[in-house]
Amino acid sequence: MRVLGLDIGSRSVDAVWLDEGVVVDAAVADSGHDPQAVAREFVQRGAHDVLVATGYGRRAAREAFDCEAVTEIKAYATGAHALYPHAASVLDIGGQDTKVISLGERGSVVDFEMNDKCAAGTGKFLEVMARALGYTLEEMAAMALAAERGIAISSMCTVFAESEVTGLVHRGEDRAAISRGLHESIAKRTHSSLKRVRAAGPLVFAGGVAKNAAMVELITRGFDGEVIVPEDAQTVGAFGAALTALEVPADIGTRVRVE
Amino acid sequence: MTETAAPDYHQMWADLGLDLPSHDALLGAVGQLFGDAYLTQENRPKGMDYLNFVMSEVHGLRIKELDDFRKQGGKVVGTFCLYVPEEIVRAAGAWCVGLCAGAEFAYDQVEQIMPRNTCALIKSFMGFKLGKVCPYIESADLVIGETTCDGKKKAYEQLAELHNVWVMELPQMKREKDLAFWRAEIDELVDRMEELTGNKITAESLKAATKEVNDKRRALQRIAATRAARPAPISGKDALLATQVAFYDDVPRFTQSMNALADELEQRVADGEGVAPASAKRVLITGTPMALPNWKLHDIVEKAGGVVVGEEMCTGSRYYQDLVSEDASTLDEMLDDIAEKYLDINCACFTPNTGRIDDVVRMAKELGADGVIDYTLSFCGTYQIEATSVEDAVKAAGLPALRIETDYSMEDVGQLSTRVEAFLEML
Repeated sequence: MRVLGLDIGSRSVDAVWLDEGVVVDAAVADSGHDPQAVAREFVQRGAHDVLVATGYGRRAAREAFDCEAVTEIKAYATGAHALYPHAASVLDIGGQDTKVISLGERGSVVDFEMNDKCAAGTGKFLEVMARALGYTLEEMAAMALAAERGIAISSMCTVFAESEVTGLVHRGEDRAAISRGLHESIAKRTHSSLKRVRAAGPLVFAGGVAKNAAMVELITRGFDGEVIVPEDAQTVGAFGAALTALEVPADIGTRVRVE
Repeated sequence: MTETAAPDYHQMWADLGLDLPSHDALLGAVGQLFGDAYLTQENRPKGMDYLNFVMSEVHGLRIKELDDFRKQGGKVVGTFCLYVPEEIVRAAGAWCVGLCAGAEFAYDQVEQIMPRNTCALIKSFMGFKLGKVCPYIESADLVIGETTCDGKKKAYEQLAELHNVWVMELPQMKREKDLAFWRAEIDELVDRMEELTGNKITAESLKAATKEVNDKRRALQRIAATRAARPAPISGKDALLATQVAFYDDVPRFTQSMNALADELEQRVADGEGVAPASAKRVLITGTPMALPNWKLHDIVEKAGGVVVGEEMCTGSRYYQDLVSEDASTLDEMLDDIAEKYLDINCACFTPNTGRIDDVVRMAKELGADGVIDYTLSFCGTYQIEATSVEDAVKAAGLPALRIETDYSMEDVGQLSTRVEAFLEML
């Protein structure tokens, strides 16, 4: 059986194709202004028998493509467990959501936490801050990683933090130190979430923000346990969604590759 | 056959001083919301037809009844909270109605007089008043407030500039001296009601009113008890609506209709008939009140395939779980019983409030809940802080808990649905 897992997120649409439980293809595309159209392109390749959607566009997909839909929580838990059977928890920082999941037996969800309607501490937050600092996302992460100190940022709200950052820039504060402060504030917030769901190590850090080396460094530093960043952190959700269609979990150690 | 045209209430609404275009828009929106949330449900009990009818006439026929009552010299009292004893209002010959506080309305005007970070319930009642769209408050000869939280306490000062308001002082602890203090407030309520209506409250009238209001609670208790069955014979949404309507409707008629509904539900339980499959995940919701037409969380849970089996909230068990003793014979003893019963309600405005935690755990067990959702309106400090101990107690009892903080807006429905669906997947 060929399964397509689609993670229709706010920033990207991720696709993973499985054949008899083995990953045969994967792709990532920008969500753009019409994520369902992006998803349709993947669906229309016709390389699947079963489709499972996750992400914030899952309900629209369920109606448009008459397919199964699972929450991101279940998708990430399933995907992370298949990749790393010894993992005890999952952190996913995506475009506008942050999720922490404490895993039980066989990748079941024991507890989870997810941010509500505000985008504090998400990929979107970092994008807005990078713009306020005149950096690209990559530049901001590199500066944060290299900086010796961080300037404490007190606001977690994207709008307030942007004003705070602008204020700091106008006061002539070091942009690298501001960058580090921003990353530190997200890490601190994430660590409290992890504590609240009693997340133990090893922790699988997935989602688009896991590509940010400064975030990985700071999350790892404050976490009591091993932190694993999957090679293709962005497609763990799509992979997990696809796996939910299978009776038996996919081969352990299967890696999702994005060309 | 031609359908009978719905009566036109515009003249009555205009006479009450409502802003007609805004009010029409509001009714349209509520009607649509009700259609989406309620009329799409399958296999609803027949007894819900009564509540469907009440909803279709919520600003119509019921307001007409209040209007007719007032034209005959009757007085209507509006309240926002469980702590105002309906028995005393009715014993004086007046009628008690809940006031509109369950939807976003005229927030732009509200935010000119109170901070944006005020809880939705308070902003809503002020919005309905400022926007002139609540026919209940416009029919109320007196609004009785209470000092349950700081926000309401101060909002009543603002409301008092626009309406006839009297505020009861509710203690914040439940010691002997607090009960004595509360008892004195009850005495003052008796005086106020006698003054408003010109009627004397007697042992006979209070006894009759107590029985009437208890009967309403008994009917709701019967409905609540059937929800322990698997499959649940009634959706959480429908059961919530019954409690919400209890605040507004004619008491004897409502009681009779709810007893008929309870008969039907008991039969359903006996026949093993339910509204959701027996395998549906069962959720108990606890937290801040859900004033009509706030069905947001119930709708999310039930559209995600779960079923709500209980509400530990003011629009739920707190409203009907305790009765006023009917054993007293003198007026004084009756008022003692009323004071005691009402002070026993477990609201987070009290400290300590461990009774609520006990209720949540007990109800979760009795109703066979698979998980508990703690629901609080943003900026309701007391419930938000208490959510931590509720969550701890639920988890200690071996049940998963989910905390939701939200308001009346629909912008977070997507994210809330994800959290609720993931919670149901986890159970």
